[in-house]
Amino acid sequence: MSAARPGRDDDPDRLYTVTGGRSRAHNDSFDLVTLIVSECEPTAGMQSEQAAILRMCRLPTAVVEVASDLRLPVSIVKILLSDLLDTGRITARHPQTMRGPAARRGEVPAARLPDPTILEQVLVGLRNL
Amino acid sequence: MDSVISESAVSGPAERKPLSSSAENGLKIVVVGGFGVGKTTLVRSVSDIRPLNTEETMTQAGQGIDDLSSVRQKTSTTVAFDFGRISLNEQTVLYLFGAPGQQRFWFLWDRLFQGTLGAVVLVDTRRLDESWYAIDRLEHHGTPFIVARNDFGADSYSADQIREALDLDPDVPIVACDARSRESSKQVLIALVEHLHHLSTARERTP
Repeated sequence: MSAARPGRDDDPDRLYTVTGGRSRAHNDSFDLVTLIVSECEPTAGMQSEQAAILRMCRLPTAVVEVASDLRLPVSIVKILLSDLLDTGRITARHPQTMRGPAARRGEVPAARLPDPTILEQVLVGLRNL
Repeated sequence: MDSVISESAVSGPAERKPLSSSAENGLKIVVVGGFGVGKTTLVRSVSDIRPLNTEETMTQAGQGIDDLSSVRQKTSTTVAFDFGRISLNEQTVLYLFGAPGQQRFWFLWDRLFQGTLGAVVLVDTRRLDESWYAIDRLEHHGTPFIVARNDFGADSYSADQIREALDLDPDVPIVACDARSRESSKQVLIALVEHLHHLSTARERTP
């Protein structure tokens, strides 16, 4: 479990460079399964990781898939996404497991059970597999 | 010992089926279990894509504040984990995460459990003790779960014996499965979601 995968670029210098030295995203709203959608095409001179995100998210792509494809830790990818979100170059579709007022982000304790209607949709989808 | 994790060849974005443009809701189920118990096998059996692999890093700040263990050193630790996905309909995508069950990975689960629908604890009845810690954390978090025993062919334990060995509440379902089988793995997920639905509707009746 040492994460020693062949060909993986774990060079700390790269991690430092892509985030400008930051280790945490100021915007902590991204879940692993938040779906990211590009709102523009990459532009000349854009950082290569951010350009790659815009290309891979032309169709909705989860944060965790972006991290896997970029071969970067999730926490680093959240920093890059945070920058792109701030400048309107991506939009984020956050997970919805609740309905109603309690579903507002940041107000859902981990122990809350999902909405039955969402679970029913999941059951239908699973049974149709 | 790394072979089970790293054997899942990473598929690049090019050959991976993209989500529909209308996909808007990503949901999570966590599969937790001891080393080599078949988490990635189960994920692969039902996933629309070959399992991918990524890593999460724990930095010193903001994590483990309420944790009673001594894991508070100021180093950053990295854990790799596998995941797959199932498109349930045009809007909803279910992500399945395989998380290592060992105690030292608690911080990864704390993140994965946040907002998850529920969890499957995959057990090998020959090594039930490897599941104790994971079950403890799930209960601590209030994350609903079921136990799935991966059938390794030598299973002679009854569900009652497993329940007793794991000190499970009577309402936690125990199912048998063969993680290599798509149908069997699908039934495990259905059993979990039915359990969640039962809990969720029971709560609505008694607010």
